[in-house]
Amino acid sequence: MTPKRKKRMTLIGLMLVGVAIAAGFALQAFNENLMFFYTPSEVAAGEAPAGRMIRVGGLVTDGSVKRQSDGLTVQFDVTDNDKTITVQYTGILPDLFREGQGIVAHGRLQQDRLFVAEEVLAKHDENYMPPEVADALKATHDKAVGNTTEQVN
Amino acid sequence: MIPELGNFALILSLCLAVVLATVPMIGSLNNTPGWVALARPAALGQFTFLLISFACLVNAFLSNDFSVLYVAQNGNSQLPIIYKISAVWGAHEGSLLLWALILGTWTVAVSLFSRKLPAEVLARVLSVMGMVSIGFISFMLFTSNPFDRVFPAPLEGGDLNPLLQDFGLAIHPPMLYMGYVGLSVAFSFAIAALIGGKLDAAWARWSRPWTLIAWVFLTIGITLGSWWAYYELGWGGWWFWDPVENASFMPWLVATALIHSLAVTEKRGAFKRWTVLLALLAFSLSLLGTFLVRSGVLTSVHSFAADPERGLFILVFLCIVIGGSLMLYAWRAPDVSSGGKFDLFCRETLLLGNNVLLVVITAFILLGTLAPLIYDAMGWGKISVGFPWFTAMFVIFTPFLVFIMGMGPLSRWKKQDPGDLARQLRMALLLSIGGGVLLALPLFHQGSASMGLAVALSLWLLSSLLLSLRQRFRYRKGLAGILKDFGARGSGSFYGMIIAHLGIAFFIIGITSVTQFDVEQDIRMSPGQTVELAGHTFRFEGAKAVRGPNYQADQGTIRVFNADGQEVAVLNPEKRTYTVQTRPMTEAGIDAGFLRDIYVSLGETLGNGDWSLRLYYKPLVRWIWLGGILMGIGGLLAAADRRYRMASRPETVAAPATAERLATESHS
Repeated sequence: MTPKRKKRMTLIGLMLVGVAIAAGFALQAFNENLMFFYTPSEVAAGEAPAGRMIRVGGLVTDGSVKRQSDGLTVQFDVTDNDKTITVQYTGILPDLFREGQGIVAHGRLQQDRLFVAEEVLAKHDENYMPPEVADALKATHDKAVGNTTEQVN
Repeated sequence: MIPELGNFALILSLCLAVVLATVPMIGSLNNTPGWVALARPAALGQFTFLLISFACLVNAFLSNDFSVLYVAQNGNSQLPIIYKISAVWGAHEGSLLLWALILGTWTVAVSLFSRKLPAEVLARVLSVMGMVSIGFISFMLFTSNPFDRVFPAPLEGGDLNPLLQDFGLAIHPPMLYMGYVGLSVAFSFAIAALIGGKLDAAWARWSRPWTLIAWVFLTIGITLGSWWAYYELGWGGWWFWDPVENASFMPWLVATALIHSLAVTEKRGAFKRWTVLLALLAFSLSLLGTFLVRSGVLTSVHSFAADPERGLFILVFLCIVIGGSLMLYAWRAPDVSSGGKFDLFCRETLLLGNNVLLVVITAFILLGTLAPLIYDAMGWGKISVGFPWFTAMFVIFTPFLVFIMGMGPLSRWKKQDPGDLARQLRMALLLSIGGGVLLALPLFHQGSASMGLAVALSLWLLSSLLLSLRQRFRYRKGLAGILKDFGARGSGSFYGMIIAHLGIAFFIIGITSVTQFDVEQDIRMSPGQTVELAGHTFRFEGAKAVRGPNYQADQGTIRVFNADGQEVAVLNPEKRTYTVQTRPMTEAGIDAGFLRDIYVSLGETLGNGDWSLRLYYKPLVRWIWLGGILMGIGGLLAAADRRYRMASRPETVAAPATAERLATESHS
């Protein structure tokens, strides 16, 4: 190997090592920052981990929004038309937050099954249904239809 | 009638795009000058018909022609005129038409301003742009035609999304698209060069100004988007790592790598293959961004199912463009001679380091953006990648990037003695470390390691820029010499670089300051109540109902006083409900300043005249966009460099004195 070639190989080698280390750290961080989505039914079935950042979504149950006296802490129920979970959020809700509207909340599940949200998203389009919520509702619907079919049989 | 005319013009422009994509290309391959000469008229014709088509759609919006489905969905007779026009690109179909029109504009611009280019090279470049154009126009005609009629025609239109009824967002998409599509010029130059097998310094010199201008548009477009999100969305954020934003940021990062890599190719003839690859990559990412965002694929894989035709078209088109160009690259690139030799440590290596870092950041952002799609498609569950991850990726790599940026402009091409560079930068290093430590200590405020790092990086950048200036001025005699230098060959590139890098310094300080020291409070307030925040007193004076042209609103009044009790601002945030789309929207009240912004938005009414309010104090937030603007100005200066206008002239200029020549080379 000529000295020049050796130099070039060192350079490439160093860069590869650097990129590999960076990639390793990045992927680890990536895993820690993944937020999985759970439906209220999955949360009720105990499938969602407590204490980790997750996302839940569904429709805000009519008449469930309760505001505490500070005017900022809100509790409401989110349902996939099968099971329901209670979400608590402190702060100003998005413009499109409304009862009956599909929402997605980021936050952590407490030991007492209360979901404390750090962020509540209601997309800026009133026809918009978060895809996860649409799927969750569809799953419930399919299950209901499936049950009926079984009963008929 | 007029919409049909628009549709017809669109079909004609497709026909001309087909001509443009084939005839000049074939002509250039078998040396038929007549066919090659067709490139210019075809490009001009395509542009003309696209312009007619676009004008017809604008006319449909202005004349409230709700028999056109797209106008019925996005237009409204009550819209102010400016938003009737911006509604043209407010949704999928129209924004594609704008895309195609801008592509047509760039094509004509290349044909007009590249008269010195050899005819067959120009023909190939225009042909490749014609091919891209075919893809876009046929996508529109076959799956998303903006001129489709609806019967019976509704009496009133569905209105433009209220969020888009804003001046910033009226001009943001055209700017961004100018950038996205502008990268197609670099792409086409690269493809043409691969076909012709001639990748040399001249090629780099031709594509450099085009790439720079596209990059400037992209920079300004992203800056505008961030500014818009900040004041319009009502919660004070200026960047969300949203897929839509990532889609514009990734091409920007790669284009940034590209303009630096092109510099090496032009000056030293090195990195040719890498530069070509970056040119292909930058445009591929633009395409990916446009399509994925506009078609809604990134929100959900299921929009493929919702409109399988569109999804399929997108997939096939992306495969052809990306796959085809990479195949051509794999086939032709090995023949490219490797360029000028260089040492282990020199400006080339530093620029290579910057390129690698930029590409690595892009790769991670791409991973984070596409991961939800991949997880969903593989059935691994529904995920989203958290905001902190993207931020972490950016924060980890940026310090290295800036460290290299400080050394790059001072180092020499080909061979640089590390000790020599270290001696030059000794004071800069001391200054930045000192400044950083000072700011990290709790002297002026609570102290923050991040702020320390940011200040250190900015000082490093700043002092190295000053050193570069000193080095350049050393060979210019007195003030007159310096002034004369401003018009000289290569001076645009040099001063452009200085200003753009200065922009980075502002940007880093702005971002860090606002993320570390912004103060935010959500609070319930009754009329007359006051609250203290960040040394200011906010007094809520209550809210009253007001009417706008196409909305009703509650308008709050908040008086802000400084520590001495003087009134600094009266803010009027609004909660609007638009008449047609009947949805609430927050309009923030902002007192903007060079050193800080005070930002208030209305939450909800809580009865008895009480409102929930969101109050922010954002130090140095404007520096973020100031950085973007400086980068844009720098890019423009660099693109305006005299040597691009002299590009085709043979280099007969007598070599200046050796010292001066060396200095010029190591700066420009």
